[in-house]
Amino acid sequence: MDSPRRGRGRGDRAARAVRATRQLPLAPALIMLFLFFLGPVLWSIYSSFTNAALTGDGAQNPQWVGLDNFRRLFSDPNVTNGIWLTVVFVLGSAVIGQNLLGLAIALLMRGRNRWLRGTVGAIVVSAWVLPEVVSAFIWYAFLGPDGTLNQVLKAFGLGGQDWLYSSPMLAVIIANTWRGTAFSMLVYNAALDDVPADVQEAAELDGATGVRRLWSVILPLIRPSIVTNLMLITLQTLSVFTLIYVMTAGGPGFASSTLPVLMYQQAFKFSEVGYGTAISLLLLAIGAVFSFVYVRVLKPEA
Amino acid sequence: MAAMGIDTPRRRAAGLVAAGILVLVAVAFLAPLVWLVLSCFDTAAQTSVKLPDHFSFDNFSAVTNTDMLWRPLWNGLLLCGGSALITVVIATLAAYPLSRYQTRFRKPFLYTVLFATGLPITAIMVPVYGLFVRLQLIDSMPATAVFLATTSLPFAIWLIKGFIDNVPISLEEASWVDGATPMVALRHIVVPLIAPGMSVVLIFTFIQAWGNFFVPFILLQSPEKLPASVTVFTFFGQYGAVAYGQLAAYSVLYSMPVVVLYLIVSRAMGGAFRFAGAAKG
Repeated sequence: MDSPRRGRGRGDRAARAVRATRQLPLAPALIMLFLFFLGPVLWSIYSSFTNAALTGDGAQNPQWVGLDNFRRLFSDPNVTNGIWLTVVFVLGSAVIGQNLLGLAIALLMRGRNRWLRGTVGAIVVSAWVLPEVVSAFIWYAFLGPDGTLNQVLKAFGLGGQDWLYSSPMLAVIIANTWRGTAFSMLVYNAALDDVPADVQEAAELDGATGVRRLWSVILPLIRPSIVTNLMLITLQTLSVFTLIYVMTAGGPGFASSTLPVLMYQQAFKFSEVGYGTAISLLLLAIGAVFSFVYVRVLKPEA
Repeated sequence: MAAMGIDTPRRRAAGLVAAGILVLVAVAFLAPLVWLVLSCFDTAAQTSVKLPDHFSFDNFSAVTNTDMLWRPLWNGLLLCGGSALITVVIATLAAYPLSRYQTRFRKPFLYTVLFATGLPITAIMVPVYGLFVRLQLIDSMPATAVFLATTSLPFAIWLIKGFIDNVPISLEEASWVDGATPMVALRHIVVPLIAPGMSVVLIFTFIQAWGNFFVPFILLQSPEKLPASVTVFTFFGQYGAVAYGQLAAYSVLYSMPVVVLYLIVSRAMGGAFRFAGAAKG
């Protein structure tokens, strides 16, 4: 696109001023993003080299401690554990749970009658629309010792347990899958609607079976949606805090302390802001890598 | 959807199996919600799911008071409505030059915006807390609203730029000939045309902020400033014995606004999830 009013021919100062004025509306956005986005990131890089704390001496005059936080970071079993739990959480609830379940629901919905599509869609979406805190309560109750799951298991003659205590990661993975599947389902619904019917029919006439058609025709056609969906839900899931915090508070012990929860615990519960910031930098770096890939994949023709 | 090919018995059987699986999925998704719906009418509700002995609205009346419900809802409205308005106004202003003028830094800026969209906001909450302490902005609702607005700004700029790109520039050229400045053209020509898109972004930003627990949980402290997302949590955590029926009733009341808004948005978009357009690649 070209600039509508080009004063470039004269190349005078007035034209340059006009061009600068045109960019002025960007200023508020830039100020906000610098102050509350870039600022904190730079700040966190700085304070991760200090022993900043919430209270006491570290709060008044944080000392420069060099690479101490990072040395501690990479030798802290809780951090290693946190990275591992974050990977398990993202793989389990986003890549496998939301993504595969969302795709499966979208595929199964094809060709079903409108009533069934609408009802199933609405139920799955309602899990997505509810605020995160509320979903967390619902799952807290559902998986508790006297919760619905154990009632159902008992009805089948199976023994229940306190799922939040015995398998906290499984609990939060299932809860997050429940909460997020709608997004993948909607993305795949839209993508599948764009698959031309004649391509399908041609494959069918060639005698391709259902699985074969899915694998060699449909999936390659919706590949861009799959990649983008995976990127988006990975980024979202990476930063999930509320669901886990409300359901298990990261426990028992550190058994479900993914990086966001661990960051919170270190900074606010143990009031080691410097160390907590170092953990948030680690999380930010992981997010940045995925976000970079995401931008490359999207390749906007800006 | 057009039926493809001939309806053979084998295909019909496959269709039934697919429908059966879908019903199972729907039941599995519905099961956790059942507790919420039943408990809010049951004064003796526990975490176990059971039909109320007698159906009552007592849980609702127990939580419908100023401290527990009305003020937190009002705070949420101020916080989230404020941040959604700020987001839409600032994003529209920023999106206009990005859509209309070719400059050297436009492309890097757009890439940065897209990149920022992907960053985990959770990760900057500790440094943001530090910043708010330094600037003495802790417990300030306006500052929290502005921060919330900033977090949704990149995505909003990205979407609104897309809407403006679809408005033919020739429409504004006529007004430039008449001597209108770009800002006048934006207000009188572009904004009315992209208003439906802007309102979708507005509602979407509001819904996101309404459900946000972490940001107000960290940045606000006074109980009388907390939005419902945080109040419901303190209500859950504070007492040894949780009044589950009241918690359920409260959750339903707190969720209601966003559920209604979501219905409005999805209807406005013709039932289709057009944000998925941004995710199509």
